Amino acid sequence: MEDNQDKLLNEVTSGDYKYGFYTDIDSEQAPKGLNEDIIRLISSKKEEPEWLLEFRLNAFRYWRTQKMPGWANLKIPDINFQDIIYYSAPKQKSKSNGSDDIDPELKKTFDKLGIPLEEQKHLSGVAVDAVMDSVSVKTTFKETLAEVGVIFCSFSEAVKEYPDLVKRYLGSVVPYRDNYFAALNSAVFSDGSFCYIPKGVRCPMELSTYFRINAANTGQFERTLLVADEESYVSYLEGCTAPIRDENQLHAAIVEIVAEKNAEVKYSTVQNWYPGDKNGNGGIFNFVTKRGMCKGENSKISWTQVETGSAITWKYPSCVLKGDNSVGEFFSVAVTNNYQQADTGTKMIHLGKNTKSTVVSKGISAGHSQNSYRGLVRMSRNAAGARNFSQCDSLLLGDKCGAHTFPYIETDNKTAIVEHEATTSKIGEDQIFYCNQRGINTDDAIGLIVNGYAREIINKLPMEFAVEAQKLLQISLEGSVG
Amino acid sequence: MILKINNLHAGIGEKTILKGINLEVRTGEVHAIMGPNGSGKSTLASVLAGRETVTVTEGEIFYNGKNLLEMSPEERSKEGLFLGFQYPIEIPGVSMVAFMKAAVNEHRKYRGLEPLSASDFLKLMREKKELVGIDSKLANRSVNEGFSGGEKKKNEIFQMAMLEPKLSILDETDSGLDIDALRIVANGVNKLKRPDSSSIVITHYQRLLDYIVPDIVHVLYDGRIVKTSGKELALELEEKGYNWIQKEVNQN
Ligand SMILES: Nc1ncnc2c1ncn2[C@@H]1O[C@H](COP(=O)(O)OP(=O)(O)O)[C@@H](O)[C@H]1O
Ligand SMILES: [Mg+2]
Repeated sequence: MEDNQDKLLNEVTSGDYKYGFYTDIDSEQAPKGLNEDIIRLISSKKEEPEWLLEFRLNAFRYWRTQKMPGWANLKIPDINFQDIIYYSAPKQKSKSNGSDDIDPELKKTFDKLGIPLEEQKHLSGVAVDAVMDSVSVKTTFKETLAEVGVIFCSFSEAVKEYPDLVKRYLGSVVPYRDNYFAALNSAVFSDGSFCYIPKGVRCPMELSTYFRINAANTGQFERTLLVADEESYVSYLEGCTAPIRDENQLHAAIVEIVAEKNAEVKYSTVQNWYPGDKNGNGGIFNFVTKRGMCKGENSKISWTQVETGSAITWKYPSCVLKGDNSVGEFFSVAVTNNYQQADTGTKMIHLGKNTKSTVVSKGISAGHSQNSYRGLVRMSRNAAGARNFSQCDSLLLGDKCGAHTFPYIETDNKTAIVEHEATTSKIGEDQIFYCNQRGINTDDAIGLIVNGYAREIINKLPMEFAVEAQKLLQISLEGSVG
Repeated sequence: MILKINNLHAGIGEKTILKGINLEVRTGEVHAIMGPNGSGKSTLASVLAGRETVTVTEGEIFYNGKNLLEMSPEERSKEGLFLGFQYPIEIPGVSMVAFMKAAVNEHRKYRGLEPLSASDFLKLMREKKELVGIDSKLANRSVNEGFSGGEKKKNEIFQMAMLEPKLSILDETDSGLDIDALRIVANGVNKLKRPDSSSIVITHYQRLLDYIVPDIVHVLYDGRIVKTSGKELALELEEKGYNWIQKEVNQN
């Protein structure tokens, strides 16, 4: 029985990464290393105002006083921060005649990734901001969105066009002192997306950012700022991929969300950074700070993530529930295979009265991977009547992987209610055999079983992405059970 | 000849369970295999379906002239071998529609056919549900999840209807059923019977055989087929129990 399970496992843990190609395009790069001159260089490349350079330098000075955090259940190799290129911009050939045509090589790259940058090719009407290495190369549907007052553009453009909005909200949810990687990002962030939904507007289409790492030896440090004004609604999706390389590459991003009174933001991520090879060589180190502030009453922020990529994932999309009756949600599927490590979860900080949060986390571990859920629920003194429900499920494929759960609960209000449930299960040989007996092969059986297990989360994704996410779950576990 | 088993020995781990089974099933025949608990009936079904937890140590099996033991479980399924499980497995979150669609399309692919469109597939599901006479809500639920014992068994017959097997092995599909459910299951089996299909009905009681009339009845005892006869044997067993068989075997 055990032998059989092992064999099954070996077969399923050998899926291939489909997005591992490299685009041969010239790029303008800063020299390797991190110091104040590099930060000034990035800031001047982006023609930034003085206040923003100050923000970066303050962050950098703070970062230098800090140490890499060691509390996560991760084995992180030493990262030499002086051996990384902090700015790399693909050179576009055809920006000349004033049109915002995109370089054909870049267009081809994004086509290959399934992200067409021509608006007419988008059947479903999803607006995309496409970011390659340190710059945004194209944002689609800007004009259509502008008609209803929605601002959707690259972060660099927002700094130029809407400096007041950026200045008001930048760092308001994730201050640069928040943590080591937040400080690093605040010092060197290069691009990302900016989005503002004005009062009373229901954003007419899905907004999305697609992050692509292309150049070697570079890190990607993007920053997304999303502001939903009173009574507005937006659904936002983020996707990411990177070439196959033997070296690890660093990705340290920040996402900040602000939801004003009665606003609702749905933020979905399909994270598919290169996970490294079967033996654990290469892959992206993914250190991300994501946080939403439910600032106004009755506001709602919902995080949905499907995490299949990265060699190391360190990420806790969180909600600060400040407005009374505000709602925070976190729905997550995290898959680890081979030698991947994930330490992911959420923080729900209840400040306002009658605030509610829901956490549903599904971890799937295969191969020699380690998958941890880490979640904090804090009920502060004023959070009368607040409620949290957390459910953390782990599914194991084989016996060489690990699943761990680290729930932290802090309650300073007696009327607040916190519920936590956790389960651990294994994909059974009997389930796989049952599928086999009906004609379904083992890889497809695992795909079905895993998708069934994760269905509750997948169903939260916008339709088009749900289908992608399902395939991704299956592919990332291919060959892992045998 | 659809199935020919020669001198089959098989076991799980260190334990030998099947100790020299010989069995021949011709096209169009219905065989019943009876026998007390623990005699090896489910183990035999597992070997036929290709479960790797059971190790074959001796003997051979031919299915439609092919060496069955060389085929993967999914290949056996696509070649028309169906096992109705004694204990159907739950697969949480996987809808019956998704599950059956995957299965049916794998079978079609094997025969060089295009996958069914969503609407054709749903039509097929509806037809088969009516044929088998099961609750139509069953199909909207996850595979066997939260099903009652009876619902699980009916669901096996439904899957059998969807896949139209050449050889169906029904492992105690009758156990745990009340008389109405038993009728539904038996009717389903009878309706699905074709001149070119055969069945092996594994059962503990003779009850099911009031509804599904076997051509041949075998008694499996301690890993061997100790008696083979016409359908009267089932009645005799019902009357006298298994003890006399035990005595007979011990005498020889
Ligand atoms: N997984 C297993 N490991 C060890 N022994 C088993 C296992 N499954 C069944 N057996 C044993 O094999 C024998 C035959 O079991 P089974 O084929 O289920 O009998 P039946 O279906 O006729 O009741 C029994 O003695 C049972 O205890
Ligand atoms: Mg049995």
